[in-house]
Amino acid sequence: MDAFTTHTGTAAPLRRSNVDTDQIIPAEYLKRITRTGFEDGLFVAWRTNEPDFVLNQPQYADASILVAGPDFGTGSSREHANWALLDGGFRVVISARFADIFRNNSTKSGLLTVVLPAADVEALQDACEADPALPVTVDLVAREVRWADRAVAFEIDDYTRWRLLEGLDDIGLTERHLDDIDAFEATRPSWKPRTLA
Amino acid sequence: MGQTLAQKVYEQHVVRRTEGEPDLLYIDLHLVHEVTSPQAFDGLRAAGRTVRRPDLTMSTEDHNVPTTNLLAPIADPVSRAQVEALRTNTAEFGIRQAPMGTRDQGIVHVIGPQLGLTQPGMTIVCGDSHTSTHGAFGALAFGIGTSEVEHVLATQTLTQRPAKQMSVRVDGELPLGVSAKDVILAVIAEIGTGGGQGHVIEYRGSAIEALSMESRMTICNMSIEAGAKAGLIAPDETTFAYLAGRDHAPSGADWDAAVAAWRELRTDDDAVFDREVVIDAASLTPYVTWGTNPGQGLPIGDSVPDPASFADESERDAAESALAYMGLTAGTPLREISVDTVFLGSCTNGRIEDLRVAAELLRGQHVAADTRMLVVPGSVFVKQQAEDEGLDAVFTAAGAEWRGAGCSMCLGMNPDQLAPGERSASTSNRNFQGRQGKGGRTHLVSPAVAAATAITGKLTAPADLQTAGA
Repeated sequence: MDAFTTHTGTAAPLRRSNVDTDQIIPAEYLKRITRTGFEDGLFVAWRTNEPDFVLNQPQYADASILVAGPDFGTGSSREHANWALLDGGFRVVISARFADIFRNNSTKSGLLTVVLPAADVEALQDACEADPALPVTVDLVAREVRWADRAVAFEIDDYTRWRLLEGLDDIGLTERHLDDIDAFEATRPSWKPRTLA
Repeated sequence: MGQTLAQKVYEQHVVRRTEGEPDLLYIDLHLVHEVTSPQAFDGLRAAGRTVRRPDLTMSTEDHNVPTTNLLAPIADPVSRAQVEALRTNTAEFGIRQAPMGTRDQGIVHVIGPQLGLTQPGMTIVCGDSHTSTHGAFGALAFGIGTSEVEHVLATQTLTQRPAKQMSVRVDGELPLGVSAKDVILAVIAEIGTGGGQGHVIEYRGSAIEALSMESRMTICNMSIEAGAKAGLIAPDETTFAYLAGRDHAPSGADWDAAVAAWRELRTDDDAVFDREVVIDAASLTPYVTWGTNPGQGLPIGDSVPDPASFADESERDAAESALAYMGLTAGTPLREISVDTVFLGSCTNGRIEDLRVAAELLRGQHVAADTRMLVVPGSVFVKQQAEDEGLDAVFTAAGAEWRGAGCSMCLGMNPDQLAPGERSASTSNRNFQGRQGKGGRTHLVSPAVAAATAITGKLTAPADLQTAGA
């Protein structure tokens, strides 16, 4: 996973609530067995069927921050939704509420999800609609989002922030505690099921 | 202060707890399928890692598998490659795999319980959001992404934080023709698709206790559609009776030890939930969805809502775009909506009891002209069971298509898809735009409503058939 410290880019306003993972990337685009190349499925139905969809507008073609309505990423556990956004050039998604699995996956894939109060999300959507070239900075070190003369703080727990800042691989961290896992396994009841004979 | 059931199961699996870090949680069972695993296996190989506990891992192919021409190779080369990757990966890492057509193959959430691998008090994960299904046994079961699939393969653990606790209590008796699916659609309509965010839901109350294991699975399955981390139900005699004698259930003295441990798995009287929702079972009727998320559901006797009737602006916008996508007009009675396709199947409603309920309604009846009905058993075992009971003959005599096992039209990764603009009544779990095929329109329903709808060609409650003297 790439480290994330601070990112400055332009933002695209996605004024829709309940954007589910089937809209972010439909199932038929999940058949690839590689970890990259999912940009072709990103919001493909809306990109295909809605000429005025925000990401079809040239002024947002280079946006790297998505500012979405509440309940973004509901539905499936497909991490491909995170990968499709990353492959599509996004480093950050900002919303008032995220679905849990999507948000958890984002902390593993290096896509930063930022929760801001709904009023601030709307203010940012207004600002990047008024000026699509407006630079927006998402600063994980300072835990704030800045645009124009605004600076809005966001919350993220210290541990997740540290992992993202360092770009640390979770498995490597867990492997430091193999003794604990061995000890736990020794206490498991013998009647717990096994899949192999 | 006492603990909830979910807290008890969680605490029993904490491997390591340190201030300022997430807990390390042990995973008792890891279910694997072809869609969310290939990149995880690649990650293991790239890092030179092995699978720590192949004996706590089970894999099958479900999302991509066709439901016709079962003996031929998968026609879609990309689907075939994904299934072949799973076969290669599981062989290389020593994981048990149930390939297409074999008895143990089927939707991953159908085969776990069927094999007796899903048991009370376990932690169960899978790269699939409907893993919450296994909560029906009093297990803490939830969906994970591919990075976490790799983490579990490598370490048999996950980093976790305790979730908030929600109680959904359903008391009373369900009216005739009202099923578990209607209960969960009503719950999601009540709390919304984000209502469960950050919570584990425990379903409780006399109406829940009266449900069979398969009905409990239907309810827990759709916890994720309310945004919950997981959903679970305390194990009881119904649970133990379901498990007894299954392939991987304990036996002899082990059974006694297990049941003794399972009986402890109850929420303490003095446990405190962060949120409590109460639903009166007697007030429920069959539910159907009218929109493009599972929270957009109503009793079948209602009409398509007017978007202007929603006080919340984002709900109003969502309703407007849903009606446009669904091709529906506000005020239309739901019973007047005609469907092209009826899909009976999925990890929500693809089990033997679901097939029995639908077959009972279809016996001696016929699927309406211009309507097609697909019946897709959740597993090869369910298919065989249904055929042994003669249900396949009932379905085919009624003009329905009797198919092979898999996820099928729930998400259309295989050839079973809706055409653009086509409308379905579906016993699956998601009515998202395009979920069942590009431009397809989905109404989520129970198996009984699916069967009744197949007969009339319009959204129909099972009780309507008797009224009509059909």
